[in-house]
Amino acid sequence: MATMNMIQAINSAMDVMLSKDPDVVVFGEDVGYFGGVFRATAGLQQKHGLTRVFDTPICEAGIIATAIGMGVYGLRPVAEIQFADYILPAFDQLVSEASRLRYRSAGEFWAPITVRTPCGGGIFGGQTHSQSPESIFTHVSGLKTVMPSNPYDAKGLLIAAIEEDDPVIFLEPKRIYNGPFDGHHDRPLSSWSKFPQSEVPEGYYRIPLSQAAIVREGSAATILTYGTMVHVSLAAVAEAGLDVEVIDLRTLFPLDAETIEASVKKTGRCVVVHEASRTSGLGAELMALVQERCFHHLEAPIERVTGWDTPYPHAFEWNYFPGPDRVRAALARVMEG
Amino acid sequence: MSKPGSGLSLHIPEPPARPGQPPDFSKLVIPKAGAQPRPPVDVPAAQLRDTPYDLIRVLDESGRAVGEWNPRLDAAVLRKGLRHMMLTRAFDERMLRAQRQGKTSFYIKSTGEEAVSVAQAYALDARDMLFPSYRQQGLLVARDWPIVDMMCQIYNNTGDRLKGRQLPIMYSVKDAGFFSISGNLGTQFPQAVGWAMASAYKHDTRIAAAWVGDGTTAEGDFHHALTFAAVYRAPVVLNVVNNQWAISSYQAFAGGDETTFAARALGYGLPGLRVDGNDFLAVYAATRWAAERARSNHGATLLELFTYRVAPHSTSDDPAKYRPENEAEKWPLGDPIERLKQHLIVAGEWSEERQVALEAEIDEQIRAAQREAEAKGTLGTPPASPRTMFEDVFKDMPWHLHKQRQEAGY
Repeated sequence: MATMNMIQAINSAMDVMLSKDPDVVVFGEDVGYFGGVFRATAGLQQKHGLTRVFDTPICEAGIIATAIGMGVYGLRPVAEIQFADYILPAFDQLVSEASRLRYRSAGEFWAPITVRTPCGGGIFGGQTHSQSPESIFTHVSGLKTVMPSNPYDAKGLLIAAIEEDDPVIFLEPKRIYNGPFDGHHDRPLSSWSKFPQSEVPEGYYRIPLSQAAIVREGSAATILTYGTMVHVSLAAVAEAGLDVEVIDLRTLFPLDAETIEASVKKTGRCVVVHEASRTSGLGAELMALVQERCFHHLEAPIERVTGWDTPYPHAFEWNYFPGPDRVRAALARVMEG
Repeated sequence: MSKPGSGLSLHIPEPPARPGQPPDFSKLVIPKAGAQPRPPVDVPAAQLRDTPYDLIRVLDESGRAVGEWNPRLDAAVLRKGLRHMMLTRAFDERMLRAQRQGKTSFYIKSTGEEAVSVAQAYALDARDMLFPSYRQQGLLVARDWPIVDMMCQIYNNTGDRLKGRQLPIMYSVKDAGFFSISGNLGTQFPQAVGWAMASAYKHDTRIAAAWVGDGTTAEGDFHHALTFAAVYRAPVVLNVVNNQWAISSYQAFAGGDETTFAARALGYGLPGLRVDGNDFLAVYAATRWAAERARSNHGATLLELFTYRVAPHSTSDDPAKYRPENEAEKWPLGDPIERLKQHLIVAGEWSEERQVALEAEIDEQIRAAQREAEAKGTLGTPPASPRTMFEDVFKDMPWHLHKQRQEAGY
């Protein structure tokens, strides 16, 4: 075991897979010699060589397109898109190509690619370095979408994603790279080393996709959340003094519906929390799923706490970010019902 | 706003002739066959400043093969090439008729462009990976892929290996090294570069080849492909089939009036060769040059195959609405089948009688294939159980698709 923050755990996952499988290649903007703007690939080129970990042109569509071609050849490419906000130039290659290839060729060709990309706000990144685009990928047939919330999960999920034969969008909440941010931006950040999830095996292990984690057991209500908002939700629950079950979805699509259903049936109350903006966000799908499966068990209308339906405003970042106060207020409403 | 004529003016390209006007190809510069020097395959790209503006031609007006680019192919190979081009054309004609009869919803012919696919398939190795666009059916024909299998895909019948999921002609033939065709234009161009990069990474000897039309060069994917191909010296042959028309848009709408498409290569530091696309020998020779260059680790080449789209864009298109009806007949570079036939006759390797006999033989071959394919149904025959439409979205079917399949009643 070693103590790792999320960046180190993600780096370790790629290091393990580069060592294990000669068909794994890692590339993206600033990914090679420099080791990535967030240092996620630091040291990997030096250790594994120029042709296995390399820099690319500033061309997200080209990065994904060449990854698809490499995947068709038989490699397992791990591509980095420097910020999730920059993934849109590659949207056609992801939505019309990577995700559809197996289907349109009736299984002749597929794209076993992993696309890593840092997402989310809370770092004063303004509207082009803060977005959470998960729902535009969860809507696409043929893509899997993952977002870890801690170092241990990040490594196990990334290894599982790299080993997947389907394309995976691996979203990394950059605000929690160094510590589990609970939404109290005015307080000092705790480092991951103080938390058990920073205990990460140095070798190979996987966390299967499509399995949610119950990060806090409880009976009063259920919070469905993921990424940075797991920590915000836990803080809100502690502050509210309520016995709330908190579920970290981990894989956003295909969802672990069974864990969600069992929890909401047990508690009868549900709050959905995500940082992405509200309308047509993943929360809408989660509310629909809970309504379809748990309607007769619900004691109150389902609540959702999200970013507002505006671009991410630089100077008003903390007015946009759905912090623990808003989660607590939603919990209070759902408990009243 | 100023009066017209006093300030700036906006240029909107126009083709030289519209319906009702005589075809006008007077602005085309057609260099003499055989006049183009053939550089060594390892020449630095920087020394190829002129090739993008020239036009590699081997067959002269009388049908003789002339000049440094003459690939000196065996007559038996040329007869086979003639056969494959004729087979492609006859297949197209039968499938157009089948579409008119309601046996399929859609078809795209490659009439006039057969040399591009067939000669290029010959110039590549059988194991090289092809990333075609939708008008390269000749690649499959030249690789001797069964016509029946192609027809079954077009008919979406019980023999359709793609289980009725794809628009007719959007083939996928892994066993022939033929990548799944996408309806989104140009996406396969940078994918081919990625495949080629992987081949180089694995120290393989196979190369990739990809095709787009003149219109698609305006897509970002074209630029991405050239950038990555140059940066990583990817072993790939990148082909632009300039057939003058992108549905109704004259090639100038992709910038073709301002420069050549082959000249796009210059800015990337890639060789750009412009080739008479209706000259089987020139297409073969130029493609062979690019393939040898790629296979010897000197990287990618951009080829412009200069040709003419004799056919409508597709069965949903009517070119009489936007171009002179007899424009194809006036195309100054002729017809690829006629030109190769003439060459073989001039060389004493063929005759009109053998041509007629071959036409009859091909006609019978296509009819037999069609009978065999139609025995498995045509449009409207369910290609498979609708149950299969939930398969292959993912490698393993997730719960939500199981549930939806159940909900759909399959």
